[in-house]
Amino acid sequence: MSSLDSENLSPLVHGKPPLTHKKSVSGHYGLQMEEGLIFDKGRSTITGVDWENPSLPCLKALGGLEKQAPLNLPGLTEPETVRHYVRLSQKNYAIDTGIYPLGSCTMKHNPRLNEKLARLSGFSDLHPLQPDCTVQGAFALMQELGRWLLTLTGLKAVALAPRAGAHGEMCGLMAMRAALEVRGERTQRKKILVPVSAHGTNPSTAALAGFDVVQIAARGDGRLHLEDVVPHVTPQVAALMVTNPNTCGLFETDIEKIAACLHAQGAYLYCDGANFNAIMGKVRPGDLGIDAMHINLHKTFSTPHGGGGPGAGPVVVSDRLAAFLPPPFVVHEGEGHFSLHLINEDHPSIGRLTAFHGQMALWVRALAYALSHGSDGLRQVAEDAVLAANYIRVCMADLFSQPFGSQTCMHEVLFDDQWLEGTGLETLDFAKALIDEGFHPMTIYFPLVVRGAMLIEPTESESKASLDAFIMVMRDLALAIKRGEKERFKNAPQWTPRGRVDETRAARQPILRWTSPRL
Amino acid sequence: MRYLPLTDEDRSLMCNRIGVTEVDDLFNDIPHEKHLTHLLDLPQHQSEYAVEMQIKALAKRNHSAQNGPFFLGCGLYRHHIPASVDHLIQRSEFLTSYTSYQPEISQGTLHYLFEFQTQVAILTGMEIANASLYDGSTACAEAVAMACRITQRTPVLLSGGLHPHYGEVTRTALQMKTIDIRSSSVKPEGGENLLDQITADLACVVVQTPDIFGHLHDLRPLAERCQSLSVLLIAVVTEPFSLGLLLSPGEMGADIVVGEGQAIGNPLNFGGPLVGLFATRQKFVRHMPGRLCGQTIDVQGRRSFVLTLSAREQHIRREKATSNICTNSGLCALAFSIHMTLLGGEGLRRVARLNHQKALELVSALQTLPQVEVLNRTFFNEITIRLPMSADLIAEKAAQRGVLCGVPASRLFPSERFENLLIMATTELTTDQERHHLIETLRSLLTEEGGK
Repeated sequence: MSSLDSENLSPLVHGKPPLTHKKSVSGHYGLQMEEGLIFDKGRSTITGVDWENPSLPCLKALGGLEKQAPLNLPGLTEPETVRHYVRLSQKNYAIDTGIYPLGSCTMKHNPRLNEKLARLSGFSDLHPLQPDCTVQGAFALMQELGRWLLTLTGLKAVALAPRAGAHGEMCGLMAMRAALEVRGERTQRKKILVPVSAHGTNPSTAALAGFDVVQIAARGDGRLHLEDVVPHVTPQVAALMVTNPNTCGLFETDIEKIAACLHAQGAYLYCDGANFNAIMGKVRPGDLGIDAMHINLHKTFSTPHGGGGPGAGPVVVSDRLAAFLPPPFVVHEGEGHFSLHLINEDHPSIGRLTAFHGQMALWVRALAYALSHGSDGLRQVAEDAVLAANYIRVCMADLFSQPFGSQTCMHEVLFDDQWLEGTGLETLDFAKALIDEGFHPMTIYFPLVVRGAMLIEPTESESKASLDAFIMVMRDLALAIKRGEKERFKNAPQWTPRGRVDETRAARQPILRWTSPRL
Repeated sequence: MRYLPLTDEDRSLMCNRIGVTEVDDLFNDIPHEKHLTHLLDLPQHQSEYAVEMQIKALAKRNHSAQNGPFFLGCGLYRHHIPASVDHLIQRSEFLTSYTSYQPEISQGTLHYLFEFQTQVAILTGMEIANASLYDGSTACAEAVAMACRITQRTPVLLSGGLHPHYGEVTRTALQMKTIDIRSSSVKPEGGENLLDQITADLACVVVQTPDIFGHLHDLRPLAERCQSLSVLLIAVVTEPFSLGLLLSPGEMGADIVVGEGQAIGNPLNFGGPLVGLFATRQKFVRHMPGRLCGQTIDVQGRRSFVLTLSAREQHIRREKATSNICTNSGLCALAFSIHMTLLGGEGLRRVARLNHQKALELVSALQTLPQVEVLNRTFFNEITIRLPMSADLIAEKAAQRGVLCGVPASRLFPSERFENLLIMATTELTTDQERHHLIETLRSLLTEEGGK
């Protein structure tokens, strides 16, 4: 092992032994392998690929810009590389490991058929700027996925381009902005209403799209009420952004009235589609008066979350906004022949949102998911997801506190930290103890509207046995707290590759890359 | 349904426990008259095999790059991807995990993000890099927004050689800020004089090298001028393999480097998902968009990694965030990082040299076609040629003969008069046979179409 500076701490050199073990000689603990950085072990002269080293006859075409110093990037041979990443992978929790009940994230099973199909060379080895006649299958797939999304949502037009949910939000708000421009009301309508419970991306997107954000509080029942919205809906308002079901796991019962009120005043209704999994096939957002909604394909349509991406956030819109969507536009010319248009001749599009067309490999997966379930299966997905969340709710209601009373939830159930009062423990401690029990914690401290939030979204992918096991552990931990146990929670997690990490230190003295100890 | 573990018996037991007679009772909050009572007009569930056949039929209607000679680039490149890359990114623990909000059980992801950030920083010659953005074009727009925040100025100057999509995306993203975006005129023959257009009122200058036509740009004089006027220099790199052979933007004095990382580890995928690279100077760290992974210690003093500086991000700052980005391109960044680890500095250099060699060979071969003019004096692995007729027509006709010969410039610049220009890329995968096939196809098409 190379010498290490004080920041590049190694468990062998500086580590205190984990609380529950004696120290091992190797730094490994059974199957738990300690793994260094590639920079600790690789060398820039080593390579794991077998390309020859060509002699270039002439460097004139490089215009005197050829690199002088060698790149100090470490290389590893294939066996070393494989071992490095396999060991790293073993330090991650994943859906394939167990229930991953992160509220608002819809961590459902990722079917492997979808992986296989996305890797067909007819999709993966395809360039977006090939002549149209060579990519007819890709256009047909885009058209078909669009049809599914429009039918499921009851909306009129779709933009597949957005590369993530927040990118979709931007697309939707920009379409509204463009529509206001055409109406001559853009400078007048500067405000976007956002409930306090919204995802952080909502106010952030609204601000970036050039609007002023006005926060609206929810009522004691966790919902947005028409009478609380009405006073805010002035001629200065461009739109309201709502998540439905909302981030408290509740369906916004006033949604139609709110939509009607906004429309009467010339404003639009944006829906954050992050929670679409709860209502797919049960109700169409278009029927509720929604003007624009993004759909997180990495949530509802099972494309893998991949440790934080890539995602995809197609946007569906109503008639009011259809004209303003970004390119590209797939046009069916008849007889199964498609062409790709970059300009919508009749209308002012918001402009290009991303290079090329968007997340093709995710569209393949999403369509495979939709075809596999069919209209009946997708409806069953929503039902099972909602059933599972309510099952957890009733099985835990006697021990945990629900901020908005014991009402039916949708696909996720929200608890707060009232039940922890006086125990000296917080939501975080509970979550970390759950990790020691082999479960990924629920979303914590979100939504911001309740204190110490615990937002649980089991999804439809869990068997009853899996739900029961999760509930049993949740209850067991809660009972332990009620018995006065504390240390177990404060010291958790103990059985993980790392214990709690010093986040303050990370932010105060940021070390964002490896640096050579010799420098 | 094969993906749904609950049985009807389970469902009924669970309904009993909840105290409802049927699942539909749980949907009573949905307005009654809007509640769908029928199935939507879409096909019903299908077997795995049936879905596979259906999607495969669509794939078969595409002409994959594997099917014949292939010379497309323009920001996406077809390189060899070692088999272990795709195998490793399909490890369940990488593929099916989420953002590392619980660092104790996501050190795997955090560890590779830290390595990725370091690799990108070294590759671009910069001090720090983030954990990736959606793609190069959105990274470019984020960089321009960041430069405006830092300098507190707004006019922005884009080089004419910038990938047109990048320029369009930047305009789209910044349209609501009423930022004055100036574009230098497009010069397919090269020889853009950007230096004289850099004025002290600018926030930043955006230059791509190699540019969309394949020309290389010496950023050093631009960096010098920018620095003297406190204007930020943003360099765009869409072919990261070029950095194995050429001076990095950091070495030439860029302040922010953004790029498309697809070429390393990721297939073309018809343009997505991609992986946006974003690197800059340490002093700008708190202005950076996107996720950052940092090194710290755990309760036992062991080296650990954690997402950090989230005070910049939307989930904390909400309407005051530096960017609305939540998702990054994690798995594509992993593919990039694994491939880069397999390459190492030495492998990258070799592949880069091979790419340049193939381009030199292509240029020589094209010179045997008297009707074709190569516009580049400098290039890495991509060049622009002028044909005596519509490049779109030639590309279409060549495709009918199984040859994907390049990108007609008119596809990227519909409003410019570049009808006869074709942009062509080579990589280490281009064989002598494919090049020969291309040249003979062009030769016969130029004769046939020229005679009409």
